[in-house]
Amino acid sequence: MELLQLIFFYVVALVTLVAGIGVISCRNPINSAISLVMTFFCLAVFYVMLHAPFMAAIQVMVYAGAIMVLIIFVMMLLNQGLVAIGKHRHALVGAGIAAALLVVQMVITVTKGQVSEPVGAITAKVVESVGHTQLIGQAMFTDFLLPFEIASILLLVAIVGAVVLAKREV
Amino acid sequence: MITLTHYMVLSALLFTLGTIGVLTRKNAIVVFMCVELMLNAVNLTFIALSSHLGNMDGQIFVFFIMTVAAAEAAVGLALMIAFFRNRESIDVEDFSLLKW
Repeated sequence: MELLQLIFFYVVALVTLVAGIGVISCRNPINSAISLVMTFFCLAVFYVMLHAPFMAAIQVMVYAGAIMVLIIFVMMLLNQGLVAIGKHRHALVGAGIAAALLVVQMVITVTKGQVSEPVGAITAKVVESVGHTQLIGQAMFTDFLLPFEIASILLLVAIVGAVVLAKREV
Repeated sequence: MITLTHYMVLSALLFTLGTIGVLTRKNAIVVFMCVELMLNAVNLTFIALSSHLGNMDGQIFVFFIMTVAAAEAAVGLALMIAFFRNRESIDVEDFSLLKW
């Protein structure tokens, strides 16, 4: 059973990384967007595997639904077609060096560290018996009430700002 | 057995892919999508750690990151439309109005 889980993890991780490479290497921005949707769905699968089903649902609805529709609408509005990539070698070399340093540093930091023991009370069993959405709701409307209200104001400001910016004449 | 390290390494690789995209691509919308990829890599780290430590706070953070990402998408894409109207391009090389 655990071996099966591990195989499933590697398969989904492979799909995620291939889709991520697709995002940065497709010439047509629409293909990049489709690859990004694939990445979002794979991440939702990981969230389910991590006992966070509410987060998986939010990931699919907000990212793969709302944000990607917005991006694709803007792409079609601007009608760019194919874009040239890899025109500048120095950009590719610089990005390659930066990425190599970054991945080496992060992998060393992650693998050298000791994994601490679980300390909190929210185990997989608690999530199953109480329900993930209820746990999130309890935390959000008690401990994180003020950030929640601030987030609502932020969204209002973003709506007004987007309309003001994209309108021809205010 | 899937350990925490698996998720962390995957997240690091995704973040690196996003970085490469931001540094190499010219189209502003593709750069924006690569930033979303980096945000999602961070979200995966948050949820993996939160699930491992048995603490809900990391998942609440992810919720707020998603809120901010939605707001950022709305405003950022509106800015791109406004810029395209002025310059007929969304190439990041043309974003040079503040250059000396």
